[in-house]
Amino acid sequence: MLVDFATVLVFIVLGAVTVALMLGISRLLRPRNPTPVKLDTYECGEIPIGSAWVQFNIRFYVVALIFLIFDVEVALLYPWAVVFKKLGLLAFVEAFIFIVILLAGLAYLWKEGDLDWVRTLQETPAAKEGK
Amino acid sequence: MTGPADVIFYVLAALTVGSAIFVATLPNIIYAAVALLFTFCGVAGLYVLVSADFLAATQVLVYVGGILVLIMFAVFLSNRISSVKLSNPVHFRLPAAAICLTLFGVLAYTAISPAFVLKQEITYQPTTARIGELLMTRYLLPFEVASVLLLAALIGAALLSRPDRPDIPRPDMEEPK
Repeated sequence: MLVDFATVLVFIVLGAVTVALMLGISRLLRPRNPTPVKLDTYECGEIPIGSAWVQFNIRFYVVALIFLIFDVEVALLYPWAVVFKKLGLLAFVEAFIFIVILLAGLAYLWKEGDLDWVRTLQETPAAKEGK
Repeated sequence: MTGPADVIFYVLAALTVGSAIFVATLPNIIYAAVALLFTFCGVAGLYVLVSADFLAATQVLVYVGGILVLIMFAVFLSNRISSVKLSNPVHFRLPAAAICLTLFGVLAYTAISPAFVLKQEITYQPTTARIGELLMTRYLLPFEVASVLLLAALIGAALLSRPDRPDIPRPDMEEPK
């Protein structure tokens, strides 16, 4: 088992060394002639306005939360996937129940419109009063 | 006994503790979040060294892939993000030092107490298949209950994101501009 993880370690170290080496060599070889335009943040050719340090929409956080829940689901399904072939139909049914419970939650969110990105623009109380 | 595993342990421990110090001390909260990435990875490596391979994979999957994203978004959402210098202020140095020293004492005492017996021969065996078998047979009910728990968390996350309803009181939150 430790040998498998030694492979992972070698992979990480080689990856880090490769990146460092490539950046180091290009730093040695390239001409260095910075101008303000070159040092500007690249934003698809547009001139960037303001700082990137702005407050993000709260809805990103909710998407991250939902992602995390399914992330944990995947973590719990790993041991199942390892023994799936050995245990056969029983394991299939057990994991099926596990997934269906969570899928029901996802279907509920979908039906209630919690996954719609523009929902808050339409349903805020202020918007309703505006009508 | 010193071997390659010991060297790797000390490198990983240094990585974990060093980046944890950066998390606590860096004034810029986004840099602190990036330092946390290295702490989580170091802990995953330490799990591998104590033959907990499934835990290591889960650590990378859930903490590095999930919790850190969540923390990053929490940082991005903070409405004082533009005042970077204020984002990681230092408060209560003395009480914090007292608590940390006490905790260190307890941990050090536990570590050297005879309750822990050092195994000379560590056998590294894959644990995931064994965990899977137990989850599918003996611990099936906790496995399915975990699904219900995740369902509750899912619905809770959705409820948090719903627009304010006048009949449910909520703590005041500043509207993003």
